[in-house]
Amino acid sequence: MQLTNRSKVVSNKEMTAAEAAYIPAVLKGMAVTLKHFFKRPATVKYPEEQREFSEVYRGKHVLKRDENGAERCTACGLCAVACPAEAITMVADERKKGEEKLYREEKYAAIYEINMLRCIFCGLCEEACPKEAIFLTKEITPSNYEREDFIYGKDKLVEGIEPSLRIDVSKRQDR
Amino acid sequence: MNPIAFLILSVLTISSALMVVFSKNPIYSVLWLIICFFSITGHYILLDAHFLAVVNLIVYAGAIMVLFLFVIMLLNLNKETEPHKPMILKAAAVLSGCLLMIVLAASLQGYAQQPPAIITEEFGTAKGVGKVLFTDFLLPFEVASILFITAIVGSVILGKKHVND
Amino acid sequence: METIFLIDKTVIAFIAFAITLLIATYSTYAERKIAAFMQDRVGPDRAGPFGILQPLADAGKFFFKEEIIPDTSNKFLFIIGPGIAMLTALMTSVVIPWGGSLNLAGRDIPLQVADLNIGVLYVFAVVSLGVYGIMIGGWASNNKYSLLGAIRASSQMISYELSMGLALIALIMITGTLSMKEIVEQQHGMNWNIFYQPFGFLLFIICAFAECNRTPFDLPECEAELVGGYHTEYSSMKLGFYMFAEYINMFISSAFMASLYFGGYNFPFMDSLGLSQNAITIIGVFVFFLKIFFFIFVFMWVRWTLPRFRYDQLMRLGWQWMIPLSLLNVFITGLVLLWYDK
Repeated sequence: MQLTNRSKVVSNKEMTAAEAAYIPAVLKGMAVTLKHFFKRPATVKYPEEQREFSEVYRGKHVLKRDENGAERCTACGLCAVACPAEAITMVADERKKGEEKLYREEKYAAIYEINMLRCIFCGLCEEACPKEAIFLTKEITPSNYEREDFIYGKDKLVEGIEPSLRIDVSKRQDR
Repeated sequence: MNPIAFLILSVLTISSALMVVFSKNPIYSVLWLIICFFSITGHYILLDAHFLAVVNLIVYAGAIMVLFLFVIMLLNLNKETEPHKPMILKAAAVLSGCLLMIVLAASLQGYAQQPPAIITEEFGTAKGVGKVLFTDFLLPFEVASILFITAIVGSVILGKKHVND
Repeated sequence: METIFLIDKTVIAFIAFAITLLIATYSTYAERKIAAFMQDRVGPDRAGPFGILQPLADAGKFFFKEEIIPDTSNKFLFIIGPGIAMLTALMTSVVIPWGGSLNLAGRDIPLQVADLNIGVLYVFAVVSLGVYGIMIGGWASNNKYSLLGAIRASSQMISYELSMGLALIALIMITGTLSMKEIVEQQHGMNWNIFYQPFGFLLFIICAFAECNRTPFDLPECEAELVGGYHTEYSSMKLGFYMFAEYINMFISSAFMASLYFGGYNFPFMDSLGLSQNAITIIGVFVFFLKIFFFIFVFMWVRWTLPRFRYDQLMRLGWQWMIPLSLLNVFITGLVLLWYDK
């Protein structure tokens, strides 16, 4: 089966005198490198420049709050079941009296952890979520020195209450 | 000729030549020999024989001594592997050395009485040496060059044979 | 008169020395930049605008790195090795004519440190000594990779020196002189030797690559097989010296090629411009350096194009192709000269 038309059949035939002198071949190679010399570099100088991201890029997760600032997650565990990399764990707890402002439903996730070393950023958790609580954002998961630091708890995942700290996921919701 | 330069070079030549013999480590011997060749090159320059000086540098210091060093580095000679030489061999070496000394001394006898050679404008340059080589010493020169060509062709053939095996 | 002459020569020697070091320093930068451009990258660009302070940063790093002298090495030779490499690399620039002569205060000052009547042979002699730095350093390290690198370097250099010399002999047969100055003067205007000796130049440039241990002949260091070759055990500025010596050698051989085959400081239409002698000389110096930079670029261009030879291929090329071809070149040159004489 031919995938591209660039493939060549390998042959071990004797070289002609012109080929054996190698000089034309060397010059040909040098022409190739010279062509690349004047080509634009493919480098993106990262901290100053960033590659354009897709509107629906799948990066670090966020646990959304509702319009009143209460966590939407109800710790149903569907995201953990849907996760093909088994990166999500959670411990559920019951909402006490007076916590209505914090948690939307009667059950909430006391611990919600995503192991970013396991996560493959497929977005299945987002699809599985019945409460529109978890979304993937454009943010990139940064590198770290310790393996433990890649296990993201609620402190890193839940968005802030103030309107300025809210993360816009409307593009992903629209899909 | 600059007497101070001559003195320094002579001391350097003789002492480095002695160090060649007295060094325990053969690598050091070779390195001292290289220094010795360098000071001989200096002598040639003092004598206005620039061409000879450079040729001495290229051929002896630049090529032959590199090969010496090459071989000795590969042989890995040190004190443990040094073969013990019998007494009679050492005696023979001393004797032949003394004989060589006598021959050299005898050949140099009467040298001082000769008048110094006249130095022309072309003396020591490539032009001067070339002219002498191609007129007065044509036959020895050509014979030597045939010898060298034979050696080069021989080495190429040796190399070719090895590849075909 | 004698003192003024000495002062002239000292000043020229110092300027040549400084320029050599400067160009060698910036060759490292150029090498990295050219490599980057040929691989569609940007290259060093963090130190200063476009990264032009990179060589200084590299030098600073070399100075402050920990210096390691192996326990089982031969300490004296280990230390002196890089020094010899540097010395022999710097010695060559003496006979290179950097330009014509400047007329200052009624005196003609030729821009050359020494016009030896055996200039070409002198360069050849010093280049042939260059291998000692590598050999001594490689042996004194007491490391098998270093020794292998040193041995490769020495046999490679001796093999290619032969054909280099033979390629030069064909050139000298045409010029009839060994003085660098005279060879350059003969190529006045556009009368460059490359038009008489194109094949000789090809042989010469191949040998120059081998003598400078540049790719495709960089077997003495050969990162892929010998760790670092002869400088495996070297660190800090000693390693820097070896690398520096390599770049100086590259600069000098570029200057050598430019003055032997490409007319040195001569440029076309230099007589019809109607400029004064000093102006012509200064333009000539610039032209000479342009030619040198071109050859340095070619060195780097080839390095980032061609892969390394295998050792037996290197030896086969040297002994079975280069030497017979350069002998043939000498023979044909001789025949043509004889035919022209008649």
